[in-house]
Amino acid sequence: FSRPDRPLGPYDTDEKVTSYQQATTYNNFYEFGTDKSDPARLARSLKPRPWTVRIDGEVRKPQTVDIDTLQSWFPLEDRIYRMRCVEGWSMVMPWLGFPLAALIRRLEPTGKAKYVQFTALLDTKQFPGQKQQVLKWPYVEGLRLDEALHPLSFMAVGLHGRTLPGQNGAPLRLVVPWKYGFKNIKSIVRITLTEKQPQTTWALAAPQEYGFYANVNPAVPHPRWSQATERRIGELGRRKTLPFNGYADEVAGLYRGMDLRKNF
Amino acid sequence: MTRPAPTPAPARRPPARLGWLVPAVTVGGLLPVAVLVYDALSGALGANPIQRATLQTGLLTLVLLVLSLACTPLRLLTGWTWPARIRKTLGLLGFGYAALHFLIYLFDHSFDLTLMTEDVLKRPFITAGFTALLLLVPLALTSTPRAVKRLGFVRWTRLHQLAYVAVSLGALHYYWGVKKDHTPPLIYAAVIAALFLIRFLKRRPARSARAGSRAAKS
Repeated sequence: FSRPDRPLGPYDTDEKVTSYQQATTYNNFYEFGTDKSDPARLARSLKPRPWTVRIDGEVRKPQTVDIDTLQSWFPLEDRIYRMRCVEGWSMVMPWLGFPLAALIRRLEPTGKAKYVQFTALLDTKQFPGQKQQVLKWPYVEGLRLDEALHPLSFMAVGLHGRTLPGQNGAPLRLVVPWKYGFKNIKSIVRITLTEKQPQTTWALAAPQEYGFYANVNPAVPHPRWSQATERRIGELGRRKTLPFNGYADEVAGLYRGMDLRKNF
Repeated sequence: MTRPAPTPAPARRPPARLGWLVPAVTVGGLLPVAVLVYDALSGALGANPIQRATLQTGLLTLVLLVLSLACTPLRLLTGWTWPARIRKTLGLLGFGYAALHFLIYLFDHSFDLTLMTEDVLKRPFITAGFTALLLLVPLALTSTPRAVKRLGFVRWTRLHQLAYVAVSLGALHYYWGVKKDHTPPLIYAAVIAALFLIRFLKRRPARSARAGSRAAKS
């Protein structure tokens, strides 16, 4: 597979795209199991249709909407984004989807809305890994409202020009490319606008290691390993990790005045 | 002796009978290297082959060291003598995999010794693994019968008790290295603790009995 047959958009990277094979066989998706090969092996148990997404909290129009309806609200776009895992590896992913901001605006948040909370599917039949309490299920992630409204924040429904495979978070997942991969919650069933900062899964599991913000930051090491370098999947050597995963020009302003060592 | 008298070893079995044992363990222990090389060349190590090779050599180190440490408890429990014959081979294989694991780590960091030093000093996870490897070096160097003679059996034995420290640090290194699912490293830790306990319980009465007989003689 090569890159989409179109000129690059303002947010696309021109770096070499990670192959479909690699992007769909090397996944962290603990709902299927903790091994990187578990998601590809077990993804068939996930049924992405029929699928509904519940939208509630601080919105004028709380509703439960079918995934196909939700998708039809927006024209689908390509985005080629870098993806940096907190474990020190990275990929270049050609996503297909729509800006999160477009969805949020359509939901008409009330004046009280400050955060967006995402909840993934809880179902041990479809997610066998949820039989083990490795993490507190269901997986929950969140963004500050201004982060969610940033034009880089994206809801993906496809990858490499195809429907999103189960192991990559079918049918609907979050993509925030300047944050560590675990922020990109998969298989979303609920979107809640909240007044308070959501309690996110990894921050609950190990608060000293994973924060709410999780912005890619080579200067703040994980307590157990350095974040200064990363391996791009498909390459043997390591490359330097860039602040905000190379999106500093776009997003650094969101965090002006914040101590990013404390708010890691 | 506290345990029932062991069934006497069959007199017909000469020591050469198990001559195949050490070569078989050596070949079997090296087989994973061949598999690893084959997988690496055929692309079977997946999307992140270096990480996979690091993990596999690390696990093989732990498995072989645990097997080596299981030899004496197994002999104490069963009275079999053959485990003692392969203890050294298993230990050396374990050291070999630890060295390979470390080499892959160095390769992963482009042999940048500054980066390595920083890792060793700053990150307990690496400190534990690196210390374990360092502790194994003197054990590997004194694994010859000549070294036993030179050091004297008592001192040699005491030195080689470092293997328990090394393998425990190895298990800790594994525990600290995983992101969340701590079950596998805890299984290793439990096995190591059980082996240590068997050795401790089985040795204690023997030693006090010996001390007692010595006291009676004087």
